[in-house]
Amino acid sequence: MLPDATLNQYLILSAVLFSIGTAGVFLRRNLITILLSVEVMLNAVNLTFVAVDRYLGSVEGQIIVFFVMTVAAAEAAVGLAIVIALFRHKDTLNPDAFTSLKW
Amino acid sequence: MDGLYFWIFAVIAVLASLGVVGQRNPMYSVLLLIVSFGALSGLYVLLNAPFVAAIQIIIYAGAIMVLFLFVVMLLNVPTEDPVKGYHVKLLGGAGPRHFGAVLAVALVAELVWAMSHLRLTAMPESAGTTSSVYQIGLKLFRDYAFAFEATSVLILLAMVGAVILARKEN
Repeated sequence: MLPDATLNQYLILSAVLFSIGTAGVFLRRNLITILLSVEVMLNAVNLTFVAVDRYLGSVEGQIIVFFVMTVAAAEAAVGLAIVIALFRHKDTLNPDAFTSLKW
Repeated sequence: MDGLYFWIFAVIAVLASLGVVGQRNPMYSVLLLIVSFGALSGLYVLLNAPFVAAIQIIIYAGAIMVLFLFVVMLLNVPTEDPVKGYHVKLLGGAGPRHFGAVLAVALVAELVWAMSHLRLTAMPESAGTTSSVYQIGLKLFRDYAFAFEATSVLILLAMVGAVILARKEN
């Protein structure tokens, strides 16, 4: 039988998930996929909070996770509204197409 | 026993997240992200956090992902624009891609350094946290009552902002 998971394993898993999310933000050329990658990163952070919470035997981390989720919901709503507005202007979701503020 | 479940959920979460980032079709990305959220929810149960596991499914998979799916279907852009020569010059590209590669290397180096200096033991024995929801409720509405009320204002502002941003201008 496998031994119980240690805190290190949870932290490494969360680091791997965060790196995957970071890679997605930098490599994808689609605004919706970039927003999804940000969600992956937020979830990796949540996992860290809950794992350390369990390690320390407190509940503060779970409360912070609750707030992170609230902010993620607000971010998704505003971000998707911006995506819709951008799509109306340019008919594409490629972030390289939005260069009006570039000089 | 927990060890086995940890590995099952961890492998599912990592593979699903890789799929989210690797898919060209945003529809599959959203669905795979829901799979990843389910696996993370299982990990939260293993970590004795049933409250977080429940809101992970209800809020993240149930509400936020439906919003994403709705927008993906509304905009109806199934695939990403292919970029010429994108894969060959992944590390040699200009500006932002260069910066991203350097940042990724720095992040990995930092992680390796931190993990090699970390000396943590196994999780302590569960102290019977079956009433963690009760404790979270007490803390949330006593110590963090102001933050809780502030998030309600944040949600309201996000809603107003989303409506203003997404409406047709004329």
